[in-house]
Amino acid sequence: MTLSVRIIPCLDVTDGRVVKGVNFKDLIDAGDPVEMASIYGVEGADELTFLDISASVVGRETTLDVVRQTAEQVFIPLTVGGGIRTVEDVDRLLRAGADKVSINTAALARPELIADIADRFGSQVLVLSVDARRARTDSGFEVTTHGGAKSVGVDALAWVERACSLGVGEILLNSMDADGTRAGYDIGMIKAVRAVSRVPLIASGGAGSLEDFAAALEAGADALLAASVFHFGVHRIQDVKKYLSGQGYCVRTPYTE
Amino acid sequence: MIAILDYGSGNLRSAQRAFETTGRDVVITSDYQTALNADGLVVPGVGAFASCMQGLRSIRGDEIVRERMALKRPTLGICVGMQILFSRGTEHGEHSGVGIWDARVEKINAPILPHMGWNSVVAPPSSSLFKGVEDQSFYFVHSYAVKDSVGAHPTFTEYGEKFVSAIEDGAVWATQFHPEKSGEAGLHLIKNWSSTL
Repeated sequence: MTLSVRIIPCLDVTDGRVVKGVNFKDLIDAGDPVEMASIYGVEGADELTFLDISASVVGRETTLDVVRQTAEQVFIPLTVGGGIRTVEDVDRLLRAGADKVSINTAALARPELIADIADRFGSQVLVLSVDARRARTDSGFEVTTHGGAKSVGVDALAWVERACSLGVGEILLNSMDADGTRAGYDIGMIKAVRAVSRVPLIASGGAGSLEDFAAALEAGADALLAASVFHFGVHRIQDVKKYLSGQGYCVRTPYTE
Repeated sequence: MIAILDYGSGNLRSAQRAFETTGRDVVITSDYQTALNADGLVVPGVGAFASCMQGLRSIRGDEIVRERMALKRPTLGICVGMQILFSRGTEHGEHSGVGIWDARVEKINAPILPHMGWNSVVAPPSSSLFKGVEDQSFYFVHSYAVKDSVGAHPTFTEYGEKFVSAIEDGAVWATQFHPEKSGEAGLHLIKNWSSTL
């Protein structure tokens, strides 16, 4: 009896469409988020993450709709991130059917937002998304915003510790150096963040080979997020799980009637 | 008809959809009579023990649950909706609960909290709730739980230590995990409960 490691596909959504190119071939039309969420659910995703990269108010409203539709037909946990600035934004997403929200830029600008959200909805709804890269800071890792384009002059480990003390329930650690390379998760970064935090840790950025997934778990991750390897069909979720199971990790096999 | 008790806690719409898969009518309500007279009542719950208990009392939900128990009408508590059915909670100070079962809800002893994700259960052989899904995993997200044995045949799960993950006690059943977020296995379990109504 053990807690299973979680495999989490991430869907980047803008104006109601998934935008990281999708290559499901004949399975689905090009990137309808609700359909993709549903397919990933059947394939054994343990949770789903939507990252709203819409730039407009209309785009955000559309994402709310996507969340609503998904939550009504896919009965696994749903995390939504992107553009969350206020407690009211969180409230809207939770009402639409999100189970958790991830915050990043707004928390850096106003750390008390973490405590405000945790007090109102509980820590379990709040995922701190940390976009970090290697740099000459105290710990060797710094926080970035705008997809790694901007440094904010904050040490990544110090930020994680502070956010945990303010009440985040989980950490989504994105390596900006590894993101999109498929060269493997940043193992050193996962180990470093694991050492200073006592909430669940989701590794993100760099997943390529099956061995990469196992290495991130070995380094201390509790869950593994990936986008392109799943969207492009490099790996199926069940293949990743089968491999991890063979390596001795506990995984969930989805139940079918 | 199944009623989902609305006392300001939880994502009620997706819970409603999950319970609708049983084919029954499902209403979200905070009305005393509707909740009292429903064939089945679901008490959801997300957040801290004290604030959930406060919300429950504000709609006399504690009375509804006790009265339904006396009338032997099925009630299902989920997550914090299970925790508040115990006599005491210890999250952010000591608080009294509905008191269906005499036990304290305490912080789980584990290095990483919350206990978040899919975990398995050890259900008693007599379990009706887990019939057909005894060997499945369910989605948990919580830091507190009851560790004493409660009711005639509790179901246990292990994370750091052993805790009660489900109870079937007369007309009052409860799960520490979220069946409405536990995929097909969770829907099967919801169907098992619904078939007793």
